[in-house]
Amino acid sequence: MPAYDVLIIGAGLAGQRAALAAAQKGASVAIMSKVHPVRSHSVAAAGGINAAVNPADDWRSHAYDTVKGSDFLGDQDAIEIMCREAPLEVMHLEHIGVTFHRNEKGEIDLRAFGGASMKRTAYVADITGQALLHVLYEQMMKFHEVIDRYEEWFVTSLVIDDNGHCVGVVSRDIRDGKLQTFSAKSVILASGGAGQCFKPTTNALICTGDGIAQAYKAGAPLMDMEMIQYHPTTLAENGFLITEGARGEGAHLLNSKGERFMEKYAPNKMELASRDVVSRAEQTEILEGRGVGPEGSGIWLDITVVPKRRTLEALREIVNIGKDFAGVDITREPIMIQPGMHYIMGGVKTDVNGATPIPGLYAAGEVACVSVHGGNRLGANSLLDTLIFGRRSGEHAAERAVGMPMPTASLDAQRRDEEQTAEILSRPKTGRRVSEIKEELGTTMNRYVAVFREEAGLQTAHEIVRRLKEEAKTAYVDDKGTVFNQDVLGAIELDYMLTCAEAIVVAAIERKESRGAQFRTDYPERNDAEWLKHIDVSRNGAETPHLSYSPVTITQWQPEERKY
Amino acid sequence: MAEFTLKIRRYDPQSGEAPYWDEHTIELEPHRSVLEGLLQAKAKTDGSIGVRCSCRAAICGSCGVRINGQPGLACHTHLDAAAARSEDGVITVEPMGNMPVIRDLIVDMDAVHWKKIQRVTPWLINKTPIPEREYIVPRESMVDVTQTAACIQCGACVSDCLTMEVDPLFVGPAALAKAYRFVGDPRDAEHESRLKDLSEDPHGIYDCTHCFKCIEACPKGVAPMNQIMRLRRIAGSDHHIVDRNNGHRHEAAFGTLVKDHGLLWEAELLPRSYGGDSWFGKFAPAAGLELVASLPAITKALLRGKVTPMGALKPHKIPKEDLAAVQRIYDVIESRDERIELNLYITGTDAENAENPVETVAAAAPSAGDEEGLTR
Repeated sequence: MPAYDVLIIGAGLAGQRAALAAAQKGASVAIMSKVHPVRSHSVAAAGGINAAVNPADDWRSHAYDTVKGSDFLGDQDAIEIMCREAPLEVMHLEHIGVTFHRNEKGEIDLRAFGGASMKRTAYVADITGQALLHVLYEQMMKFHEVIDRYEEWFVTSLVIDDNGHCVGVVSRDIRDGKLQTFSAKSVILASGGAGQCFKPTTNALICTGDGIAQAYKAGAPLMDMEMIQYHPTTLAENGFLITEGARGEGAHLLNSKGERFMEKYAPNKMELASRDVVSRAEQTEILEGRGVGPEGSGIWLDITVVPKRRTLEALREIVNIGKDFAGVDITREPIMIQPGMHYIMGGVKTDVNGATPIPGLYAAGEVACVSVHGGNRLGANSLLDTLIFGRRSGEHAAERAVGMPMPTASLDAQRRDEEQTAEILSRPKTGRRVSEIKEELGTTMNRYVAVFREEAGLQTAHEIVRRLKEEAKTAYVDDKGTVFNQDVLGAIELDYMLTCAEAIVVAAIERKESRGAQFRTDYPERNDAEWLKHIDVSRNGAETPHLSYSPVTITQWQPEERKY
Repeated sequence: MAEFTLKIRRYDPQSGEAPYWDEHTIELEPHRSVLEGLLQAKAKTDGSIGVRCSCRAAICGSCGVRINGQPGLACHTHLDAAAARSEDGVITVEPMGNMPVIRDLIVDMDAVHWKKIQRVTPWLINKTPIPEREYIVPRESMVDVTQTAACIQCGACVSDCLTMEVDPLFVGPAALAKAYRFVGDPRDAEHESRLKDLSEDPHGIYDCTHCFKCIEACPKGVAPMNQIMRLRRIAGSDHHIVDRNNGHRHEAAFGTLVKDHGLLWEAELLPRSYGGDSWFGKFAPAAGLELVASLPAITKALLRGKVTPMGALKPHKIPKEDLAAVQRIYDVIESRDERIELNLYITGTDAENAENPVETVAAAAPSAGDEEGLTR
């Protein structure tokens, strides 16, 4: 049985950064991903990465902006660590080869981004995530002798021993369908978010909440699950992301009257208020009849005010997206956008080293909730989150391995998973198709658990999710083979998504106030007296999620009214 | 909504059967992508269709396939455009070429593509000392290498590389573009050794036959062949690397012959490539040996009429003013202090780079009731 000091699940930015950090510390390391690492969803991050690298800037300013962006739900100790370590991390990335855009002096250039009090976002055109991810993968190739890669391996279970420690995983080699148990002193989950619970979403098809659900099933608590970010600018046509960098470069949002309506909602920051504020403003304009497009369900994003040469150089990818996916030349005409599901602030609850309450289990990146984003993540803070806490968890897990005997993962979990696969394959054709259930889940979540929420809608969503969970148990798959059987993986992913969706819905029902991305039309005010706390969702052995609370860590910044 | 027929190349390694064609009818708006068509067929009728995909937005590089024989991303090809390209309106979707098929549309990229990437030492080798903060480098150089860093490793260029078809060991377009990403990076310390390595490798930069297929295939504007040519120019002109494959001399001879005669003088090309770039080249011992070794090829060329004995002895003739025009091009280019390299990723076309004419912006600004023209 393969055994490693540190086994990382997921090979996006958080996972690869964790692998490199753990290997640097001398641990034996393997990284495993259900897709080739460069296909990970980090690749789609566009706008940039925040860091106070400008000598005139201060990490405390970055931290305050982040706290305010989080609507004071973020844990300030973690935010301080992230923002303080950010400049060094960006310099490290530059040294290993990221081609950060330069200013005329040859220094790293910075662009404006939402919710930030000064220009603080380092970038590579509007392909920053891709640039970072591919450079980290270059490092994986450089260190191929010390980091084993299991590419296109799909984790089916975490292995928890009798003491409640995580001691390995069960994984399916997608190429031949065989299950294999791996032992590990520590497992780091870095497998990303759960965007596919929603439709439409900017998230890739692989973002099915695998790690969140695996940790939940293993008994780890989830936190801030109700906090779902709707990005203000997703293509009305199909939900694709139009980077916040566009507004950072000066683009305007216009309603059907041609008004820059943000002056009503955020007179100081205008289009660059934090994302929850801008998305709510857009949705309000749409609901009040000032939307654009045939159904009045869109908003214009006018990038023509940005100098064309700058657009072609710094917003190249969205020029292509506009042209290829909407038939619009963004340098000449506005493009129709709307708020769209983009990110989950919540995830597996961790401390500032990425450790979850389960010994031996870590989480980093979108799968985790430290919580640095609280109620709302600032644009360009997610890349930073993946790298800082990816590195910290890699280092911490490697240190933990020193002097610790290698555990042997029991094969029970593998036997259970083998039975589960056999059961999926043997289902009669009478069941619903996986794709149908997934479709209903996505549209339900997007209808009831979106920018504006209220009790009745959330209860409806919960009922539907519970019904879908039942239906998923008999969902039929066509493919009975073993080589690249994506159908079986789809059925397992569906189960993961439904687990995440239920956690999201119950947390949204629980939080009876409006804070950050959670806006309850039936409780429209923020209520610090009762709700300045995190909601934890855990399984606790029961079928239905168990709810509890944990305090918000406040270091320097007391909650105050949030205005942009 | 419109109906489209997808003809998908299927292969199941477990069945013991040969690959076969499988037709599916799908219904989607015409500007939707071939990937969406495949996913609809998968969702509604046959979940066993194997295709890698993830982002749907041409950034993850998973869904490289061949559509009507052309390599590209399934998510980046519109259904209507694909149907219009095919003779009978049926959209054929096949796995990429030059790589073994694992199943249906899924190819083994590790066996070919990623091996070649690993071959070019694909990581930055830092110039020392490493500064405490960022390296101070020209703005243009970072934008320039970003063009090649924009490669999403989809394999479309590898799929249809003609050189790789005859020489599977060719390092190939994607990996050589990756090599340029470091050679063009002022922070890298090993430009010369990288170039020497790729010049001396018989399957390296001089193995490319300049067919443009990779430029056509690339969905991200990386233009791999252009990067290969830049590697050659930097190796030859800047680092004076004369490789044992005679690649550099061959290229030099090509340039001189066209400059002197306006057209290529084929019979002079080989001897000069081996013996040196002048009329006396053919008398060098190396050229003699090579000429003897090349006799079978020469005989074949003569028999097929590709070369006539007279043509071989005399250069092609073109009108004097045409020759003068060709030489003017050389003069202009060779008199420049710096080589100007095309970088389409940043510069676009001249027309695109014109300042925004004020009236165009005003005309495009939206106003109430004016949405129809902009929505599809």
